[in-house]
Amino acid sequence: MNINYNETIPNNVNLSDDRRLLRALEQWQPAYINWWKELGPDQTQNFEVYLRTAISVDAKGWAHFGHVRMPEYRWGIFLSPAEKDRRIGFGHHKGESTWTEVPGEYRTELRRLIVTQGDTEPASVEQQRHLSKTCPSLYDLRNLFQVNVEEGRHLWAMVYLLQAYFGRDGREEADEMLSRHAGDPNKPRILEAFNEQTDDWLSFFMFTYFQDRDGKFQLAALSESAFEPLSRTCRFMLTEEAHHMFVGETGIMRIIQRTCELMREYDTDKISLMGGIDLNIIQKWINFHYSICLDLFGSERSTNAANYYSMGLKGRYQENKINDDHLLTDSYVSLPKIEEDEIRNEETPALTAINMKLREDYAKDSQRGLDRFNKIIESYCIDTKLTLPHPAFNRNIGVFKDVKASPSGKIIDATTWNKQRDQWLPSSADYELVKSLMVQVIEPGKMAGWIAPPKRGIHGLPIDYEYVLFH
Amino acid sequence: MLSYLVNKRALILMINFFTSPDQYKHWQINISGNVATLLLNVDENENPTLGYTLKLNSYDLGVDIELNDAVQRLRFEHPEVGAVIITSAKDRVFSAGANIQMLGQLSHVEKVNFCKYTNETRISIEDASLNSGQTYLCAINGPASGGGYELALATEHIILVDDGATAIALPEVPSLAVLPGTGGLTRVIDKRHVRRDRADFFCTTSEGVRGRRALDWNLVDELATRSNLVSQTHSRAKSFAQKNNRRISANGIKLEPINRKIEKNLISYDLIEILINRDLRTATFKIKGPDKTSNLSIKYIYSIGCKFWPLAFARELDDAILHLRFNEPEIGTWVLTSEGNHDAMEAIDKIMLKNYKNWFIHEIILNLKRTFKRLDISSRSLIALIEPNSCFTGTLAELALAADTSYMLDKAIEENTEKKTTFCLTGINFGYLSMSNGLSRISSRFLGNKGHIEKIKLIGGKQLEAKEAEELGLVTFAPDDIDWDDEIRIALEARASFSPDALSAMEANLRFGGPETIESKIFSRLSAWQNWLFQRPNANTSLESYGTGKQPTFDRNRV
Repeated sequence: MNINYNETIPNNVNLSDDRRLLRALEQWQPAYINWWKELGPDQTQNFEVYLRTAISVDAKGWAHFGHVRMPEYRWGIFLSPAEKDRRIGFGHHKGESTWTEVPGEYRTELRRLIVTQGDTEPASVEQQRHLSKTCPSLYDLRNLFQVNVEEGRHLWAMVYLLQAYFGRDGREEADEMLSRHAGDPNKPRILEAFNEQTDDWLSFFMFTYFQDRDGKFQLAALSESAFEPLSRTCRFMLTEEAHHMFVGETGIMRIIQRTCELMREYDTDKISLMGGIDLNIIQKWINFHYSICLDLFGSERSTNAANYYSMGLKGRYQENKINDDHLLTDSYVSLPKIEEDEIRNEETPALTAINMKLREDYAKDSQRGLDRFNKIIESYCIDTKLTLPHPAFNRNIGVFKDVKASPSGKIIDATTWNKQRDQWLPSSADYELVKSLMVQVIEPGKMAGWIAPPKRGIHGLPIDYEYVLFH
Repeated sequence: MLSYLVNKRALILMINFFTSPDQYKHWQINISGNVATLLLNVDENENPTLGYTLKLNSYDLGVDIELNDAVQRLRFEHPEVGAVIITSAKDRVFSAGANIQMLGQLSHVEKVNFCKYTNETRISIEDASLNSGQTYLCAINGPASGGGYELALATEHIILVDDGATAIALPEVPSLAVLPGTGGLTRVIDKRHVRRDRADFFCTTSEGVRGRRALDWNLVDELATRSNLVSQTHSRAKSFAQKNNRRISANGIKLEPINRKIEKNLISYDLIEILINRDLRTATFKIKGPDKTSNLSIKYIYSIGCKFWPLAFARELDDAILHLRFNEPEIGTWVLTSEGNHDAMEAIDKIMLKNYKNWFIHEIILNLKRTFKRLDISSRSLIALIEPNSCFTGTLAELALAADTSYMLDKAIEENTEKKTTFCLTGINFGYLSMSNGLSRISSRFLGNKGHIEKIKLIGGKQLEAKEAEELGLVTFAPDDIDWDDEIRIALEARASFSPDALSAMEANLRFGGPETIESKIFSRLSAWQNWLFQRPNANTSLESYGTGKQPTFDRNRV
């Protein structure tokens, strides 16, 4: 089959002139489509979904809407426009021109960064593949698919870098992206949070709120990279990631709104009997997702992160807005450590604390949404506050991994933890309960009983628009 | 040997390895019938700018460059010679070995380079004795210590003057806190089979051993009185020469000067061009293979002498290796490329193997062998690139086998489809060009896999394409034309970014698999320990205080 890839793959990278990339895509694209059909959204291949497709990087070009069958979605390759004469902003190459090619000495490190980032993109599609069967509305189903195809596009973006810049090794890594699978015991995804199942829509909204926000911070840090193609790719991906977080944040807000309505209507906080989701269940989901997302930032003290920074491969969040020397060779920060069952602080070279810095920025950003959630609760005059758990809570990576801590950050023994665990984290009973609420609603404009309708539809269309056509 | 090279960048001191007997300052070659004598008579003040005097026939690099040249010329220019006597022209002095003041002044890099070169020269002496039918013997006419006695050890027969005073010694440990650096320890044990406890005593006694005991302990082969030394040595040499019985049917082949031009980033010979990239710290060797010759015959080969491609190539490559080793220490990666006619290369290998017993051809192959060995023990990363115009066949294929990594272009997908990239082994790759471990590079490459080596032998002479060569394990990677440039660029950049020390050490460990020989022990064990010593404070304080009367203070920790 002859495919004109330049036509089928929207791009702004002169695909038609790049023999190597064309060949690589010829080999990879069929495998990708197979993967999508086998492990993408389950039994949805004939659905026509009202999707946004990016066909160029300008404002008009990436908001191109229409009904498409997902396997025919035009996954494109886009880089944000180059900044003129961009200079490296940090590390020991600071001030030099950015690189348009992979420097041989950093090949392995750059490839590892790109592979780790790239691996999360198809993982989330796999994790969410059964959700279409329990969607709360056509509007939400469409949003799920929008998120899925864009995660697919983000995989394309990373695969593009691997194939265009890393030769045979890169092509092998691109193939591996499709051979690891979320939750596969033999070939799992690289990062643990991407092997958890996302079986219910509360988890989906939490995922798009927390995990995708991690994605935002990772991409932002990579967009500072001295490796120009990576930087430009990540900058464009960030515009799409924003929509995913919008889906997560508004999803959680609509659930909270519905919960509050039910609480007011029935004057009880046990509204699960009335088909709603209790605030304490929402809190448990927050506890779970936030804590496993903190693990995604890696260890607080990391020589890998320090190396990436010094080499100029991965910066901090909004590097150029930080007022320091951007070398960090002589500065220190305070990092937590566990001493005699207490959390204390310790001076640590700032260079080795790069992960911690990114994680703190993430925590602040996450809190902003929580504040908005609490405003809704407040507006219903309900005296409950949703909170982010302490960083020591439920951790598997870093200084806190060997201790048990309550959501407020108190170190406790294992017995106490085991006793109280189900008050803090989703129990199997909670999962059963949430699952029982997940009943598919596909009548245009209708919402499941546990979620409020959105404020408005997609792209100016009404809420009851037929966003997904079933055939 | 040391000459000033003026170039536009700076006035730099460049070491030149080319010399000839009419320029010798320290050695004299006397030939009488089938016996040659190499007389060491070091000019103490050869170069007053150097800051040391070469007392007691002690030597520096300049002395050794002449020795190496003499050994080489005797092989090619004097095939009639069947035995070579090394002795001293100075009365009651043989040699005090490497000059200590000189060693004290050298940087670590220079010391290591110096030792490596002197070792290569001694191994080439042994090669002449064992393989060329020119047996070396040594007449020790006065004190021979350190490198002096080690030079004697490199010969096959040592005659020591028994005058109640003359001693042989390896005083490095007690006097200098270093090791005998030119194979002394290894040869005493492995070549002369001196018992280890006696060797221990010998190596820790600075005044050394004389007469009877030296003979009893097998440190020498024969004793002679002062008055008999010369005549006794000559008659011994004559009998060696007769035993050798070289079949010489022609005069020697004159080794003409090599054409070489050195520019800032380009070194050009007739057959080799070397392009230096100082940013990437690479030297790219462009080697021109032989031209097609219609009437290739032994007669023709004699008529062109040192211009015969394999000999000319070996001499140029040898000089290039030494030049880069000594004069371009920061150029850490040598990229080996070639061009030329595969058939011509194959034809040359064929005629050489067919006439292997002809003394001249034999010498050429031995010379190639030694030159490739020099490549093996050079502390540089070797990367071979096999491309459409390449000529990696037989002798030249050996370069790719010597490389740490080789890349071969898989058939061009879009361009140059008519131009094939091939790689081809000939008989010469199977045992004629052995490494210091005694194995061919093919055997070293496929250790423990005899079946595979047999399989490869069977397809010798076939021009292999990239995928085939890759599958047979003859090349490391076979990228296609789309990946080629980037793969190579990234490989070279990555190489340039690693620690040069770690690379040298790693490569030296990976290159020489399999068994050990005296030669491989000298480079892998003796030199490695010696280089470690050079970096330790005890050796440095000792070398610096030598001759000042001060006693060195040691760090007493055993490491």
